[in-house]
Amino acid sequence: MWIIKRDLLLAMRRQSDVLTTLFFFIIVVSLFPLSVGPEMNMLRTMAPGVVWVAALLASMLSLGRMFSNDYLDGTLEQMLLSPQSLSLLVLGKALAHWLVTGVPLVLMAPVLGIQYDLPVEALFVLTTALLLGTPVLSLIGAIGAALTLGLRGGGVLVSLLVLPLYIPVLIFGAGAVEANMAGVGFDAHLSLIGAFLLVSLVFAPWAAASSLRVSLE
Amino acid sequence: MLQGISLACVRGDRELFKDINFSLEAGGLMQVRGPNGSGKTSLLRMLCGLSNPAAGEILWSGTSIRSLNGDYFAAMTYIGHLSGTKDDLTVIENLRISSALAGFEINDDQASEALGYMGLGGREALPVKVLSQGQRRRVALARLLVSKTALWILDEPLVALDVMAVKLIQELLEQHLKQDGMVVMTTHQEIDLTAASTTQLHLA
Repeated sequence: MWIIKRDLLLAMRRQSDVLTTLFFFIIVVSLFPLSVGPEMNMLRTMAPGVVWVAALLASMLSLGRMFSNDYLDGTLEQMLLSPQSLSLLVLGKALAHWLVTGVPLVLMAPVLGIQYDLPVEALFVLTTALLLGTPVLSLIGAIGAALTLGLRGGGVLVSLLVLPLYIPVLIFGAGAVEANMAGVGFDAHLSLIGAFLLVSLVFAPWAAASSLRVSLE
Repeated sequence: MLQGISLACVRGDRELFKDINFSLEAGGLMQVRGPNGSGKTSLLRMLCGLSNPAAGEILWSGTSIRSLNGDYFAAMTYIGHLSGTKDDLTVIENLRISSALAGFEINDDQASEALGYMGLGGREALPVKVLSQGQRRRVALARLLVSKTALWILDEPLVALDVMAVKLIQELLEQHLKQDGMVVMTTHQEIDLTAASTTQLHLA
């Protein structure tokens, strides 16, 4: 879809936006081993939680830009007046947001996991969980970004709105890695994240599209 | 045919206008006039479906635009105060993307031709952020050249344009009207347009 192409093209022209998110993630995850000290057992237990919290914060950092630039230059107005379904356009924008912010985090996670002395299998589970979970973050984030569009102090508001909704993904995402390290099966956790992904794929674009119509009225 | 039936607009607790009635036939031009703050832009945003009227109804070929939605958007082009162009994209990318968004994809040749007509020949590969206000306006208006929609809703299309460009737009609008198109526009500048029927709508 060309809206994905457009957003990727814009991201290419503004690489700094993409890189800030990625470096934020890398730095936050790396701060913990430095501050807590090199105690392997402790690092190993906190690794999944730290990586996931950093991923939530990093993906939220770029949520403000998802619609606000388009709102300011009037292209969002034109999207609302497009004969194509607005929900599909929003889905396209959320996918582009995931490709630009989510995928780099997923690719970076195993490298950062080494800092925490995670076993290879746990690294694999962590990456799979992030791969399933980060699109949910972009999709739910789209609702928050659409609701706070054009509001003053929208950046803080969006975190208050969206972070509570991220909690289930956080619990099961981090839980999957912990379960694997404890020697228990992690399939249930991953299936639940998959279920979140399917539900948000159907529901989030529609909700975000309705919020956009309200925000622009 | 576009019809407005006893339209009203309320902003906050202030009523901007009420009981606005009009009907626009094929080939017709409607000029919306009124002082600053009289609700011209609000009326146009209602007509294109961005906001809902506080009272009344807007009909397109006899059906409410609310229930038509996508079908209405496919027949209408709106150019508002905001140019609807992305600063980081080039002139030609902007035109091609905004056309695709409006439901008709065009190739590079068609886009270059439209931009050449708008006096932007040779600047296709420049990012829009380096253009002047008037040139950005031309990029936005180039959408009209490639669009195949019947109804054009234009909010102050002549702002920031030079004399030559105003003449170009005048020709473009007259040609559209001659081909049974419809134009709803606001402008503070004097512009002479010949149309099969001209309606003046005054907002107090």
